[in-house]
Amino acid sequence: MHSFLRAYPTEAKLFVVLILISTGLSLASPDFLTLVNVTSLLNNNAVNVIWAVGLLVVLIAGGIDISFAVAASVVQYLCVYAFAAIGGGNWAIGFLFAGTFGLALGLINAFLIHQFRIISIVVTISTFNAFFGLLMFFSSGRFLYNLPSWWSSRVILWEYQTASGTWAELILPVAVMAAAMFATWALIRRTTTGRQLYAFGDNPEGARRAGISIGRMQAIAFGWSGMMAGIAGLMQTQITKEVVPNALIGRELEVLAAVVLGGARLGGGRGSVLGCFLGVLLVAVTQNGLNLLGVSPYAFKMVVGIIILLAISTSNLDPSRLFRGAAR
Amino acid sequence: MPRDPASAAPPDALRLRGIRKVFGGVTALDAVDFGVGAGEVHCLAGENGSGKSTLIKIVTGVYQPDPGAGIEIFGQTHTQITPTLARKAGIAVIWQDLALFPEMTVAENIAFETLLGNRPRWVSYARLRDTARAALARLDIDLDLEARLGDLPIAQRQIVAIARALVSDARLIFMDEPTASLTQSETDALLAVVRTLSDRGVAVVFVSHRLAEVLEIAARVTVLRDGRLVGVYPTEGMTQSRLSELMTGTSFAQAVTARDAAGPEVLRIENLSRAGEYDDISFTLHAGEVLGLTGLIGAGRTELCHSLFGMTRPDRGRILLNGEGLQLRSNRDAVAQGIAYVSEDRLALGLIQPQSIADNAVLSVLKRISGAGGLLSAQKKEATVSHWLRELAVKIGLPEDPVSTLSGGNQQRVVLAKWLATEPKVLLLDCPTVGVDVGARAGIFRIVRQLADRGLAILLVSDEVPEVFLNADRVLHMAGGRIIHQWDPRQTRLQDMEAAVYA
Ligand SMILES: Nc1ncnc2c1ncn2[C@@H]1O[C@H](COP(=O)(O)OP(=O)(O)OP(=O)(O)O)[C@@H](O)[C@H]1O
Ligand SMILES: [Mg+2]
Repeated sequence: MHSFLRAYPTEAKLFVVLILISTGLSLASPDFLTLVNVTSLLNNNAVNVIWAVGLLVVLIAGGIDISFAVAASVVQYLCVYAFAAIGGGNWAIGFLFAGTFGLALGLINAFLIHQFRIISIVVTISTFNAFFGLLMFFSSGRFLYNLPSWWSSRVILWEYQTASGTWAELILPVAVMAAAMFATWALIRRTTTGRQLYAFGDNPEGARRAGISIGRMQAIAFGWSGMMAGIAGLMQTQITKEVVPNALIGRELEVLAAVVLGGARLGGGRGSVLGCFLGVLLVAVTQNGLNLLGVSPYAFKMVVGIIILLAISTSNLDPSRLFRGAAR
Repeated sequence: MPRDPASAAPPDALRLRGIRKVFGGVTALDAVDFGVGAGEVHCLAGENGSGKSTLIKIVTGVYQPDPGAGIEIFGQTHTQITPTLARKAGIAVIWQDLALFPEMTVAENIAFETLLGNRPRWVSYARLRDTARAALARLDIDLDLEARLGDLPIAQRQIVAIARALVSDARLIFMDEPTASLTQSETDALLAVVRTLSDRGVAVVFVSHRLAEVLEIAARVTVLRDGRLVGVYPTEGMTQSRLSELMTGTSFAQAVTARDAAGPEVLRIENLSRAGEYDDISFTLHAGEVLGLTGLIGAGRTELCHSLFGMTRPDRGRILLNGEGLQLRSNRDAVAQGIAYVSEDRLALGLIQPQSIADNAVLSVLKRISGAGGLLSAQKKEATVSHWLRELAVKIGLPEDPVSTLSGGNQQRVVLAKWLATEPKVLLLDCPTVGVDVGARAGIFRIVRQLADRGLAILLVSDEVPEVFLNADRVLHMAGGRIIHQWDPRQTRLQDMEAAVYA
C-alpha cells in the first residue's frame, strides 16, 4: 500500500476524489449508482480511454498529439471504402485495417517530427488541419450509413434486465478498451522499449548519450497513438452506427485534459495507464452527475476546467508524504 | 626467435590522434592526441573549458570530431562512433552533468544499461533491483532503490551515476568530475573502487579539479590547456603546484589570508534551530569578514544556508541583520535585505539552462538594469554582463549563447556573477568552487577577498578544509547540525583542522 502510494501519488489522489464525488452523487441522485447508469458510463467512455492510452505513450515520450481524434475519423472513412473494396470484411479484418491505417497516420507525425526536427505540437496541429481538410474535401461532408452490418450492429457482450425492466449491457468497445489498457500497460511498464520511452521523455539528452534511437522512440510513441486512434475510430461506430466526418473533431482536448488529470506530465517521463483510466472516468462521472442533477450542459466544460485546475494546483500535495512522515 | 603472439602486450585501451572539434567560433579541441593503457588509471586535467568533457563526448560518439581524427579502441580503429557502438566496445561514462532520469527510480537509473537495446525484452523489476543493489554494494553505499531519483540530493544522485557506470562490464570507464559533490568518505570509497577496477584490468580516465585526488589515484596525467595538449606526465614526483602551473601556465601562491575583521557586526545568529537539520546555532559575521564554515556533507551546512536565505524557516532562535530582527518569509525577502546565496547545486537551483549566458547573469538584477518605464535597458544589461564576465574570467563564445553550452566550471562562474551583480551586503557561498579549476578558484577567492575589503560580510561554506583554511578569517566546524568548534587559521595547522573534520 505504502509503496503504491509512493509510486503513484496522483493516481491514489484521483481515486480518492473519484470515490468522494461518486458518493456525493449517489446521495444526491438515486439514478447515479445504478447498474444501468454505470454500464452506460463505461460504454460511452470506452473510446475516450482507448484514445487516452495512445496519447499517454506520446506524453510519456515527451511529445504531444493533437491529431488523434481527426485521425480516427480519417480511419473510419478509409475503412468504409476498404471494406467495400474487399466485399465486406469481418471483425478480424476490421481491427487489422483500422490499426494499420491509424499506425500509418501516426508514423506520418513521427516522420515529420524526427526528419525536420519540428516540435510535436506544431506538427500535430498541422496534421490535424491537413487530415481534417482532406477528409472534408474528399467526403464533401457526407455521412455514411451503408456500413457493413457486422460493423454497425452493436456487439453486446453481457446484458441484464433490472427489476424496473430496463436493460443494463456492456458492448464490445469496453472489452477493446480493457485490451488496449492491458497492451499499453505491458508496453510501458513491462518492456525495455517502454522504459526507454520514459527515459527519453524524462531526459532526451541523457537517453541520446545512452544510445537510445530518437527516431525509433518517436515512431513507437506516435505509431502507438495512431494505432489506438484507428481502433477507437473502429469502435466509435458501435455507439453512433454511422460515420460522420466531423463527429470526432474537438474530442482531442477533452481526452488530453483527462490524461493530464491522470498524472501524465506535459514534458515527458511520467504517466500511467491507471491514471489515464481514472482521469477519463473522473471527467465522465462529473459530467454524468451534473446531467443527472439537471445542470445545464453548458456548465460541463467549465466544471471540467475547474477540476483540472484543482488537480494541477494540488499536485504538489503528495499523499505518500503523510505515510512516510508517520512511519518515521 | 619469433615472438609468441599470446604473450604480446595487450593493446592500449584507447588511442586518439589529431582530435579537433570546433563549435561555431569556439575551438574546443585542437589536434589533441590522447592514449590510455589497458588497466591504467589516467587523469585528464585542465582548466574549465579546456576541452575535457568534449574529448569524452567524442570518444563516446555524442559529438563527431572534425575530419582527420584517428580513434582506436582496444586495438580496433573506428571511423565513426555512436553511443551504442561505444557501449558495445566496452566504454562506460559518468557524465559531468550525470545525464540521469529524474522521474525514474534509483534502481532503474543504476541498472539503466540493462534496459537498452533495440529489440524489446521483458523487464524484471526484481532483477533491476538486484543489479542496482550489487553495484551499490561495490561502493559500500546503501540507497533507497525505490526512491524517485529527482527527490535525492545532488550527492546521492552523483553516487547513482557512479553506480550506473559499474553495472556494465566496461573495460574503459570515463569519470568526469565524479567527486565534485561527494564527501570525503564517499570519495575514498570511489577511489578504492577505481583501484580495484584497475587491478582487474579496467582502464579509468579520471577528471577532477581536486589535484590531490588526481595525484593520489592516477599513474599518468594528460594536461589540456585551451583545447590543446600540453603534455602527458607521470604523477610520480609531480606536485600540486607544478600540475596547476601546467594547467594554467602561471603559478599560484598559497598562503593563509586570515586577518582580524575590523568592520561592524552585520549578521548575528542566536540559538537558531530547525528540527532534523541544525541545532542551536549562534555566531556573528562582521562587515569585511570572511567566515568559513566547514564540516562533512550532511552536517547541516546547506540547510542552515537555506534558512539564512529565507527558503526554510527556523523553528527557534533569531537572525539579526544590522541589529534588527529579521523575518524571512521567502528568498525574495532575503534578496531585498541584501542577502545573496550561491548554491551548491547549480544545475537545479542556479541557472536557467536553455537561456543565454547574458540573461542568466542579470537574472537577479532585472530591476536595477531597467530604464525608464521599467523596460530593460540594453546598455545597462550589457555593461553589467561584460563587467562580471570579465571579473570572473568566464570563458565564453558569445554572451548570447545558451548557458548549457558552457563547460561545467564556467557555468559555476556565471552563477557567481549573477549574485555578485546584486551587490549584496551578506554573501552566502555554498561550496562555490565545486567543479571549478585551480586557476579559477584562485580567481574566485581573490574576488571574495576584494568583496570583503569593500565591506561585504561573507559566509564561505565548503567541505574542502584547505579552502576555508586559506581563505577565511575564522573557521566554524559544524557536525551533526551543531557548531562544535571555532578556529583561527593563523593559529592552527591545516593537518589538525583536516584531522578534526574528516575524523
Ligand atoms: N555544445 C556546445 N556548443 C558550443 N560550445 C561548446 C559546446 N560544448 C562545449 N563547448 C565549448 O567548448 C569548450 C570546452 O568545453 P568542455 O565542456 O569540454 O570543458 P571542460 O574541460 O570539460 O571544462 P570543465 O572543467 O569546466 O567541465 C568550452 O569553451 C565550451 O564552452
Ligand atoms: Mg567538463
